[in-house]
Amino acid sequence: MTARAPRVGVVTFPGSLDDRDAVRAVRAMGGEAVPLWYGERDLGGADAVILPGGFSYGDYLRTGAIARFAPVMEELRAFADAGRPVVGICNGFQILCEAGLLPGALIRNAGRRFVCRWVDIRVETSLSPFTAGLVAGEVLRVPVKHGEGQFVARGDELDWMEGDGLVVFRYCDPDGALGAEHNPNGSAAAIAGVRNEAGNVVGLMPHPEHAIDPDLGPTGGQPMFAALLQSALEPVASGIR
Amino acid sequence: MNEPLHRRLGLTDDELESIRSTIGRDPNPTELAMYAAMWSEHCSYKSSKVHLRNLPTDGPRVLVGPGQDAGAIDVGGGVAVVFKMESHSHPSAVEPYQGAATGVGGIVRDIISMGARPIALLDLLRFGPLTDERNRWLFDGVVAGIGGYGNCIGVPTVGGEVHFGTPHSANPTINVMCLGIAPADRLVTAAKAPPAGSLLVLFGASTGRDGIGGVSVLASRTLEDDAAESRPSVQIGDPFAGKLLIEASMEMVERGLLEGLQDLGGAGLTCAASETATRAGLGAEVDLDTVPLRQEDLEPFEILTSESQERMLAVVVPERLDDVIEVCTRWGLGAAVIGRLVDEGGTLDVRHRGAEVARVPARSLADGAPVYSRPMAVPLERDDLLGDDPTFTTMTTPVGDALLRMLSAPNVASKRWVWEQYDSIVQGGTVLGPGGDAALVRIEGTLKALALATDGKGRYSALDPYLGAAHAVAESARNVACTGATPLAITNCLNFGNPERPEVMWQFAESIRGIADACRALETPVTGGNVSFYNESGDSAIWPTAVIGIVGLIHDYRLAVRHAFGDGTLVYAMGETFPELGGSEFAESVLGVVAGRPPALDLERERALHSLLVESARGDLIRSAHDCGDGGLAIALAESAMAGGTGFAVSIPGDLPSHVSLFAESASRAVVTVDPVRASELEDLAAELRVPFARIGETGGPRMVFDQIADVTVAEATTAYEDAIPKLMSGERVLREAG
Repeated sequence: MTARAPRVGVVTFPGSLDDRDAVRAVRAMGGEAVPLWYGERDLGGADAVILPGGFSYGDYLRTGAIARFAPVMEELRAFADAGRPVVGICNGFQILCEAGLLPGALIRNAGRRFVCRWVDIRVETSLSPFTAGLVAGEVLRVPVKHGEGQFVARGDELDWMEGDGLVVFRYCDPDGALGAEHNPNGSAAAIAGVRNEAGNVVGLMPHPEHAIDPDLGPTGGQPMFAALLQSALEPVASGIR
Repeated sequence: MNEPLHRRLGLTDDELESIRSTIGRDPNPTELAMYAAMWSEHCSYKSSKVHLRNLPTDGPRVLVGPGQDAGAIDVGGGVAVVFKMESHSHPSAVEPYQGAATGVGGIVRDIISMGARPIALLDLLRFGPLTDERNRWLFDGVVAGIGGYGNCIGVPTVGGEVHFGTPHSANPTINVMCLGIAPADRLVTAAKAPPAGSLLVLFGASTGRDGIGGVSVLASRTLEDDAAESRPSVQIGDPFAGKLLIEASMEMVERGLLEGLQDLGGAGLTCAASETATRAGLGAEVDLDTVPLRQEDLEPFEILTSESQERMLAVVVPERLDDVIEVCTRWGLGAAVIGRLVDEGGTLDVRHRGAEVARVPARSLADGAPVYSRPMAVPLERDDLLGDDPTFTTMTTPVGDALLRMLSAPNVASKRWVWEQYDSIVQGGTVLGPGGDAALVRIEGTLKALALATDGKGRYSALDPYLGAAHAVAESARNVACTGATPLAITNCLNFGNPERPEVMWQFAESIRGIADACRALETPVTGGNVSFYNESGDSAIWPTAVIGIVGLIHDYRLAVRHAFGDGTLVYAMGETFPELGGSEFAESVLGVVAGRPPALDLERERALHSLLVESARGDLIRSAHDCGDGGLAIALAESAMAGGTGFAVSIPGDLPSHVSLFAESASRAVVTVDPVRASELEDLAAELRVPFARIGETGGPRMVFDQIADVTVAEATTAYEDAIPKLMSGERVLREAG
């Protein structure tokens, strides 16, 4: 163990909502949170960066479509290319897809309505900053809250993602079984989260930062943030090829 | 259109005369439009004021009472809780999504105006039956609009209440409550009088032609067949701008950059400027050429009364102006100095293109509206309704069938379809979200949490408005107490028909009397509220609905009590059941009648029950508590069983007919469970506090067994309860037969 607490940057875009929650989660799990501003080309010496949930730019045009042009994103791209851990939660996931840092896209929920509920997700790979050290098949309970969380990708792209193990989380029942009734938004192949090929960028629709404090509910977010803090201090992100 | 202008704007001939005598001349059309907006029923409370004075508004915790943007109470530790509820029913009847969305935006800005950060929203909604397609359209649109705005600004929607009743078909009722917190010593209130020379800075969205006449056209008269033509009077919300407005305002307040802050809501700039000047005891100069506009050709009266959303008016001393502009710029918001406060006899002086377009006493706009003591009359049908009591109707339906039908009745059925569309957890403070007796939101950095609930008893109020309103207070306080929190203070939203009808005015006065008596007895002062009149179309008025929004406090949220049953506990019915089915959910959804005398209410008993609930939570004595409300003891038991996925076996004591003992809605009751080893402690405490109680059974197993009366599985009940509203919203018909 190192003496230094991992520094995790949390970017605030105009319209970010769960930035404070992500900061709180990082601190609760023993990390040092570094608030970052969308307009600055500076990641504040962070070891890992979170793009938090919310409605950046009011979801106008298309979710994440405007935020991806924010000045901070240039730095973030270089940071990701260098193999450092980057995670996108909900709107952050949408931004990473828009920026081309993650495959696929998020569209309106199949049910056409915003949905806020607790769900179970199954870990598919330990090769991501949010799952390092976790075991495939493990089930975590976390909340979702989104109107545009249906993961879609072209057929050949999906095949490639499945083949290369880029699916990180799937919606499931408490025992890990898949089924349409456990998929809150109609995502293709029940996909709740994905990673890039290098394995250092991960995005997911559920909100692990809201599943940390046992006084508020289940704590499925704890192992995920623990994994992120561990990944943040590794010299090269796990899984870089 | 030969009607004189003042009448077209909604002013009476007498009101015009009063304006003439105030300013000593004929008002010009711009001035007339300003008075019409400020003296509208919606802004001036001219029909309700004489009655509202009877409400108890003082208490040791009250920091800010009625009359400001929102009320505030002290919850200790230097924290002030600011809260207010407001109606947006009229716009929502015309355009449900935007009407509801801007309702959220408006109440949130009221909280920001006090310098508080909004931390929770609740919504109390009333619609006509969902078997009607238009009602489904309204319901769907309103829920989506509340979510669309609330979710996007990052304020959790943690609770509320949804009911359905035929009188709300033409006029749905949309009440939104917002609650915020601030350091008690940093509240932005009238107590801080800004100096003359302070600048008026308008920031946020630019001003357009939307929402003109919102208060006078929409909110202060009845909706008739031409309602669709009122659509241009509905404002359009921009929640992204609303979110930026929250952050920019909070930063200005936290940095101490402001002398005052006022939102632009009903009556727009006219209201903000005249109230700001009046509170400062000063006059104001406003130059309309400096107001950022969406289109160039707006008339002065349009700029002055536009209700374009997401705008705030800051009062800033000149030395702080640069800082204020810098904050707005960083958050991407426009800001412009549009005028200043002046030491000139309290005159509001408005200029446009170099000419003076209005010059009137600011106070005459803000406080000068006439106060009416409108005639009152007891409705003629009252005795018939009260006399036709369903309590002793013979019951032919098996009780188990009635129970399932009750669970799927839209008023009782799960509102998950609604609250899953709301973000209830953002900000990370939600200890208890929607679906329980009350929501609990913690105060960051402490173990304290605020308990929040809303209640309205339209059906009771239609039969007896005094009792209905008193029950709303009692039930809201009981909801809060069930979680273990002490009820502290209330706000209200008073939804009624046309106050020019004596029967409506009588209902209103009776409701105020009911709230006042209940609030005095329960020591929950009224810190503010909102009146929504003219909720009627043709001859059809809504049920007179006094809606209560309550705030309670629990000192350690880890001791909060949920309503879900656990396995192996003893079940107690606290309070006493009387033969009271008048106005009940059972009478409406099984017998098909809304008649009879609503349950009696003994406020001493009510208070004793609250003490018991709070005391037993503090001692970690009970495993669950749930209020007996709509549907009585049977529904309370069933809801606790479904929430915990645990059944029960109970035997109901007494000699009432079984359907009466199960479904009567007698007040001051709760279902409580306790571990067997602590049962005697609970019984001792109840005896000491003089709360009648009966041990009625135990929890466990997959079935809900009412000894010799009914036996239904929890799974069956859950299906009936959870599927009812989604089914109705997917267009499937659910038959409501008479029992």
